[in-house]
Amino acid sequence: MSIEVTDAQLVERCRAGEAAAWNELVERFSRYVYAIAVRAFRLTEHDAEDVFQDVFARTYERLDSLRDDAAIRPWIAQLTRNACVDRLRTGGREDPTPAPLEGQTDAAIERLDEALAVHEGLRAISPDCREILDRFFTRDESYRTIGEALDLPAGTIASRISRCLAKLRAELEGRNPGSAPSEEW
Amino acid sequence: MVSATSPNIPPPFGEERLGELLGLLPPAPLGWTLAAQELPAARQELDEIVELARADAEFRRRLMADLEAALATAGYETRAELLAAVRARLPELE
Repeated sequence: MSIEVTDAQLVERCRAGEAAAWNELVERFSRYVYAIAVRAFRLTEHDAEDVFQDVFARTYERLDSLRDDAAIRPWIAQLTRNACVDRLRTGGREDPTPAPLEGQTDAAIERLDEALAVHEGLRAISPDCREILDRFFTRDESYRTIGEALDLPAGTIASRISRCLAKLRAELEGRNPGSAPSEEW
Repeated sequence: MVSATSPNIPPPFGEERLGELLGLLPPAPLGWTLAAQELPAARQELDEIVELARADAEFRRRLMADLEAALATAGYETRAELLAAVRARLPELE
């Protein structure tokens, strides 16, 4: 699926029954839903999995009721928040850590919104840059592991990460409007 | 450019901050994502079974008597999720 596809276009295609669009929608928001459950609400993996499946099932079932297609992100955030609160209320939480307070979850979700926007910026940079940044920052891989996986000298990984971050920053700051993803590092 | 519907990120976009934000969204477990992606196909299969049960009294009777055997005989893969989903919709067939 093209990187230019907006959230609203994606929703429209899902409604039309395009399987590829649904796959992309799940892919686009899977990290976000997961992070709200485990980071903002501190659910256990078991509870988070139930919430995750419930949220996407509701998204699929209720897509027709979404009034503004462009508002899919806050809509999914609300579905996830509700599902997490329900899960905490029903006492399904096995973790002895105290449940987070409402203000704490709001602040955490706000941060995750920022993080999602940065991830969306990744779609506009080269696949190589996207992969190296994802491996280093979200999968926590070492320079050595990244070097082996991408067949690059480990000594060059730090500088590549730095260059890719600069490209991402330029993208986010709108200095690079309309440019196609570059294949250069 | 990031889509217009994205939440705005206030500057500065320092490398450290970008790295930190990237780290907040690790991938969800692959199996979870795949299961969610298979949802439309699973729903379609479920609707098909319910429709068949409505139209075919003998199939409906066999479903009520032995759900797993009836589905297997009809050629469906009797996964736990499918069994649970069909079981949840049996009351509407009675």
